[in-house]
Order: sequence, then C-alpha cells, then structure tokens
Amino acid sequence: MALEQIKQVSGRGVFVPGADIDTDRIIPARFMKCVTFDGLGEYAFYDVRFDPQGNPTTHPLNDPRFAGAGILIAGSNFGCGSSREHAPQSLKKYGFNAVIAESFAEIFNGNCTTLAMPCVVASVADVSALRAAVEADPQMQITINLETLRISTSAGHDIAVTMPESARDALTAGRWDPIQELLDNNDRIEERARALGYVSH
Amino acid sequence: MGKSLFQKVWDSHTVGTLADGRTQLFIGTHLIHEVTSPQAFGMLRDLGLQVKYPQRTFATVDHIVPTINQDAPQDPLAAEMMQALRKNCDDFGVTYFDLSSGKQGIVHVVGPEQGITQPGTTIACGDSHTATHGAFGAIAFGIGTTQVRDVLATQTMALEPLKVRRIEVNGQLHPGVYAKDVILHIIRLLGAKGGIGYAYEYAGDLFDRMSMEERMTVCNMSIEGGARCGYVNPDAKTVAYLSGRPYVDMDNFEATAARWLSFASDADAHYDDIVRIDAAGIEPTVTWGISPDHGVAISENIPDPANAVTEIEKQSIEEALAYMKIPAGTPIKGVKIDVAFLGSCTNGRFSDFQEAAKYLKGRKVAAGVHAIAVPGSQIVAIQCEKAGLDQIFRDAGFEWRAAGCSMCLAMNPDKLVGDQLCASSSNRNFKGRQGSSTGRTVLMSPVMVVAAAIEGCLADARQVFGLVP
Ligand code: SF4
Repeated sequence: MALEQIKQVSGRGVFVPGADIDTDRIIPARFMKCVTFDGLGEYAFYDVRFDPQGNPTTHPLNDPRFAGAGILIAGSNFGCGSSREHAPQSLKKYGFNAVIAESFAEIFNGNCTTLAMPCVVASVADVSALRAAVEADPQMQITINLETLRISTSAGHDIAVTMPESARDALTAGRWDPIQELLDNNDRIEERARALGYVSH
Repeated sequence: MGKSLFQKVWDSHTVGTLADGRTQLFIGTHLIHEVTSPQAFGMLRDLGLQVKYPQRTFATVDHIVPTINQDAPQDPLAAEMMQALRKNCDDFGVTYFDLSSGKQGIVHVVGPEQGITQPGTTIACGDSHTATHGAFGAIAFGIGTTQVRDVLATQTMALEPLKVRRIEVNGQLHPGVYAKDVILHIIRLLGAKGGIGYAYEYAGDLFDRMSMEERMTVCNMSIEGGARCGYVNPDAKTVAYLSGRPYVDMDNFEATAARWLSFASDADAHYDDIVRIDAAGIEPTVTWGISPDHGVAISENIPDPANAVTEIEKQSIEEALAYMKIPAGTPIKGVKIDVAFLGSCTNGRFSDFQEAAKYLKGRKVAAGVHAIAVPGSQIVAIQCEKAGLDQIFRDAGFEWRAAGCSMCLAMNPDKLVGDQLCASSSNRNFKGRQGSSTGRTVLMSPVMVVAAAIEGCLADARQVFGLVP
C-alpha cells in the first residue's frame, strides 16, 4: 500500500476559540449514530454552529469569510474527551487538512495522524498571532512544512512548531496508516501470542 | 532498578519497533461495541482481511440501547447499528454478549464481570473509558476506529511508550467520601491535561483497601485527568474477584494467579513522577463547570473569575459559569437540580446501587426532580433486583431502568431537555454531553446523587444523612 507522503500542507486558516475543546463539541454524540463515516462533515461543531432552534450562530465556521479554510487553528488541549474517531473524521470530511493548536489530547492526535491530518503544536503567542492574522486577512495562505517543522504565511510569518517525531515521520514518509507494516509482522505477532501463554489459538 | 507494572506489561507485549519508531504492541483482549466498530469492520472488508484472533475479541451493545424496552429501539439508526454489530460478530466469529444473552451491559462493566479483564494483559477498546480495566492491573487503552481495525486485523497496534506517574494516596477517607471523590479530587489537583503522556499508577494504602469496584471507579476517570491509562497493582483482592468467573481458566488457577501477581510493580520500580495525597484531606467533591477538573468540595464556593490568576483562567471560568448559569463566588451547595442520574461505567455497578440505596431507603425524591437509576449491566440489574434495591429506588421515586450507557452520553432516548441541570454519577461534564446542547452536568458520587435527588439541589450527603465528618 503506497501512501501519499505528506511533507507540507497549505491552505487558508480559521480560528476556533476556546481551550479544552472536547470531541463531544467537535461532533455531538447524537451524530455518531451511523455505520459509516460518510456525511459526518456537515455536523462538525454542530452545537456551537447552531443554536437549539437550528439557527446559525456567529461561530467562525459560519462566517463566509472563512469558507473553504483547510487549516484549523485552536487553543490548548484540543480534542480532549472521548476517543471517537468520528471527531477527526468529521473535521477531515468538513475539509480540514491540518490542525494547529497550543496542545492536543493524545488519542485525538493519534487518530488524526492515521487519517493523514497533521496536528502541529505552536506556542501560545504564535497561535494568537496566527489568529489575529487570519482574522485580519482570511485569504492569508498558511503553509505547514513538516520537514522543517515551520509554518510560513503569505503575510510573512515564520513560526516554529512541534509534533511527535513518530507522527512527523509517519506523515512525511507516507506510512501514516500503519496497517501494512503491522500485517507484515505476522510471524512475530504469532510468536508473541505463543510466548504470552494466555492467548490460545 | 525494578520495573513498574506498566513496564512489565509493555515489555512482555512488545512485538517490535516500527519504522516510525513506535512500538507494535500485542493486544491481549479486544473489546468492541456498536458505536466505534462498524466502520472498522467496513475497513476490514474493504481490505479483504479477517479478524486475527476472534477468540480474543468480545462484543456487547451499550451506547445506543434504550433503557425502556431494550431490544426495541424506536430510532431506526440505533436499530441499524445493533443489526450491524450482530452481522459483524457473526461474519467474523466474534463472541457477542447481546441483549438476549443475560450478560449485556456497558463494555467496561461486562469485561470484569465475565473475568475477561485480567492482570498483566493489554486491553484495547474503541472507547476512552477502557482505562477502567486497569483496576485489575491490566494496561488498557481507549483507541480510535482505525486502530480498532488494526487490532481486529493483527491483534496489535502502533503506540508510543508512556511515562509512569505514581499517585500515592494514604490514610483514611472520612465517612461520606468515596472513590469517586478521590478521582475527582486527583483530577482537580493535577488538571484535565496533567496526565498527558502518562500512565497513572494508583498506589498507597487507600487503594490497597479499596474494593475492585472502587478501583474501577478511579481507573475509569484516568482519561479525564489526561492520562492514557491508569492502573492499580493486582493483589489478593484482584485474584479473589476473578476466581470462578466465566472466562477465567480455573484448571491450574494457582499458577495463573501467581503469574498475575508477578506483574505488580517492583518495590524499587522507576517512576517518572510521584504525587502524594492525604486521603483525610479529601471531601465530597462535585464539578461546577464544563471540564472534569472544574471540581470543588461541596462545602466550597463556586470560583469567581475575579480571583483568577491568569487571563486565560479568568476567561475559562467565565465561559464555564456562563454555560452553567450559576453565580460566581457563591456556595455550590444549594444549586437547584432538575435530573438525577445514577449509572454509567464509572458508578453503575452493584456496590454503587447498594451504597446509594442504603441512604435512599425510606426517603423520597424531591418534587420536580426526574431521577433515573440505570444498572451497568444485565447482571448488575439482576443482582440489584435480587437484593430488592430496585424497589427501594422505585419507592423513593426513581425510575428503575434496563442496562446501558443511557444518560451518560445520551445516544439513546435518555436525554436532558433544554438547560436542565443533572446531578450525575457519570464521568464527563462537557457542554452538551447529556443530550441537550444547553444541558448542564454536575459530576459526583452515587451517594451525593441520591442526596441531591432528595433535597432537589446540590447537597452535602454527610449533612443529609447525618454522617459525622
Ligand atoms: S457509560 Fe458513558 S463513559 Fe461509559 S462507556 Fe458508556 S458512554 Fe462511555
């Protein structure tokens, strides 16, 4: 399985405010009643994009200036809460290709990597600079370079970011979906199972 | 230097190192449920793969089951998910504790009950509260759906090693203070992000004395503290709990038990961090906001943004209080409730209902409070009913329901309406968690839920029930 090597991601950005944005907020549980991930995109951030009567709120994702943004910018501990992959899936299906945040919850981060959606961590100051810049100019182009771990923008920013080396390697080397490599080690898996004793075959 | 349980389990389950530097870890037991598995089986079919060890894979249905007429969901999407799980288990040869098995329930209640959860093993489930199984000295991970596919197909997954933080709690809890208060207190101290990158080892004489059920309550909420998993070292109680359970091999049990116990952390184990807490300093704790680390003792006041140290903290308190619609700086005690929910994988086991019933007996739920009790499994329901607990709940004005996740996340018909405020024994107080985008959740122990239900407002169970602190 040859997978795409993801060395950089470019697009326009949108800032979603708030710390500790949990996966219930990204995709409310009632939209998880599905047996495929298709169609989840339209429910991303549903309960903050629409009021209880179903009217659109002033959430940035409803702001036409940010329509088509491919890079989500967020605060700290983004994606905390449940392990539901429905959350990154809904962001991906909504059209996001990367997330920049002050920090990420781990399960969410891992889930994103497996979907080829890089999560990079920028400092609090840099996130707020990016926020101010996209709000001033929603057309600003943002490029996340995973080889140099830097973000550049059409407005001239040059920002250092971090991400787990394993995630960076997996994305840039085109092995973000580990299934083939896991399968290739079948003999060693069976050997481990036998050694463990409690796994009868 | 010795090894921690985490290190021993990790080492013994390591298959190898992957090209990206991660570890390929063997997963001894894979638990699945209807919400996060259908897409994984879909991916398996697309790739033409089989389940590698179907005998190590166990399924149940919990999130979407109605708690009134369990097997007749009115919601066609729920019915479709139940049918999909049935078909996937049949097609791939996976054991399924379905609604007619008498063993169905919340996956984290069923695993221990059946003796599937065992010390020294690795467990994965597409559900973040998989950490619950750590109570048995297992390393148990919540995973995403693509990883569910990986585990189905290979019985392994790619993972980064974790650091280990030992959280040592010593001393006696005061009357009216429970395991739930201990974990809410720990999360309040260390924060909802404090555990990122860590496995939590819960140790000290408090955990030694705790029952298996209490240990499960604590391990369950490791994820709310940011930790990837949490565990208690196995001991004689662990062995006694598991002895005779359906999936425990009782031929040669002594050797099995000895192997289990050998996984306990060595006395000179290396820890990346150690935190010490005095049990006597823990009070009944409730949440006031929208993150599990928004905790206060029931005797304290709701935080005031005016006292915040940083601008970020100020904004976060303001956001939480605006959502919760409760006034800054005033006592948390006395805040009116609309709903009382007793159940979930945190506090939906027999001992939870038993302890709550002890205080509920002969009392009545306050007028205007909608109170529901939802056993964590069909077996728990029967245990409670045999002990007459269901009648105590009904007599007091609770609805006694059938097993499932229910109002913990409200994927079934049990939901808050509008901005109702719920006194809940569950584990998450996120915005909208209990089924209404403006619904409010206050987390607490089962006995505190009962006290709130009786008083109609957040109450100190020690005062309501005359317990001397
Ligand atoms: S009871 Fe709640 S937390 Fe536990 S598995 Fe069900 S939905 Fe998840």
